[in-house]
Amino acid sequence: MTTQADINREIDDLRGSGGPQPRRDYPPYRSSVLRHPTRDLRMVDPEGVELWAPCFGAADIDDAEADLTVQRSGEPLGERIVVSGRVLDGDGRPVRHQLVEIWQANASGRYWHQRDQHPAPLDPNFIGAGRCLTDGDGVYTFQTIKPGAYPWRNHDNAWRPAHIHFSLFGTDFTQRLVTQMYFPGDPLFELDPIYQSITDAKAREMLVASYDHGLTTPEHRLGYRWDIVLSGTHRTPLDTEEPLR
Amino acid sequence: MTFAPGQTVGPFFHLGLPFEAGNLLVPASHPDAVRLHGRVVDGEGAGVPDALIELWQADPSGRVPRETGSIRRDGFTFTGWGRAQTDGDGHYWFATLTPGPVESGRRPFFAVTVFARGLTDRLFTRIYLPGDEPDGLLDGLEPDRRATLIATREPRGLLFDIHLQGEGETVFLSYPRQAR
Repeated sequence: MTTQADINREIDDLRGSGGPQPRRDYPPYRSSVLRHPTRDLRMVDPEGVELWAPCFGAADIDDAEADLTVQRSGEPLGERIVVSGRVLDGDGRPVRHQLVEIWQANASGRYWHQRDQHPAPLDPNFIGAGRCLTDGDGVYTFQTIKPGAYPWRNHDNAWRPAHIHFSLFGTDFTQRLVTQMYFPGDPLFELDPIYQSITDAKAREMLVASYDHGLTTPEHRLGYRWDIVLSGTHRTPLDTEEPLR
Repeated sequence: MTFAPGQTVGPFFHLGLPFEAGNLLVPASHPDAVRLHGRVVDGEGAGVPDALIELWQADPSGRVPRETGSIRRDGFTFTGWGRAQTDGDGHYWFATLTPGPVESGRRPFFAVTVFARGLTDRLFTRIYLPGDEPDGLLDGLEPDRRATLIATREPRGLLFDIHLQGEGETVFLSYPRQAR
């Protein structure tokens, strides 16, 4: 079986090779081997529907979906946290009233998912999925608990650093992003082929939240801030909010 | 300005992303409903059972929907957006309407985003309707590559397989503002 030392060597060999986005072809992450396109992406000017993003509104979501600690009858186990930040487009403009979705493991590193066979306890009071809309300044906020690290089968003794999955939309279709938010100072960063599939160190660090004492509430929860910059929109700022028709 | 890198959707996205009727942009019983479906396959031709496909499209008149309500569908409003996970065989399907051209004279297409465990970042592609209108993207591709972007018409819908890798690999797209 492949050891962590083997994976570390593979990670080292590919360091800095891929630019600021993850390498699609990244063999240290074994599941990528048969699932990445081998041809270059075809550059195309977006047109028609690609210049717009789907719209979501208050009717799509309950306010309570932004608080992952109140979805069941009791309080979940673990360290209560708040995660908040702004969603910005590539020109620094806030992405307003747009959908943000998250999912995560519980405090012991177990997902509420039948395919997660990690023998850590499920928490009957924590499912680990949430949604919200950004506000008029592009700000999102989730109340949750800090997820645990967990083992996976990529190689022998493989562990994922604690993370929260984030799904984001911009103002046009091309800005769609699914990524993962990490916690500062995690000792597993160097060992994780998913995090390291972004071979540029500065780009990787964009996925690490900051502890923010200003977001921490006394005797209740710790605060983490994570701002997310999407790629640039292909519409000009002068475009109206309505498509041409 | 540098933008945030993507990360794989992983194996547990079913916890956070699918929602009820996500693949029903219209009810399957809608008189104009078409089934848009196909398989997501890997480099060995095996079905990918943990992929997620998102669909974004104009309505039959070519209008880009601006209506909310995709996540809690009312069964009447066409929002133009949907989400379908693959089954154990890598098969996905949507019930939807056939898109019209957003700009007249252009060949209509569905805009598609592909996510999967093992894909380090999402992929973009287009599903074109069969037809003969000129198209800037299709016309610049070799015939075998072009064919990967065109759906096959069926009696009750459209078939479109997504080949992540290897023979018949689907053409995946990037856009100018994503250039490094």
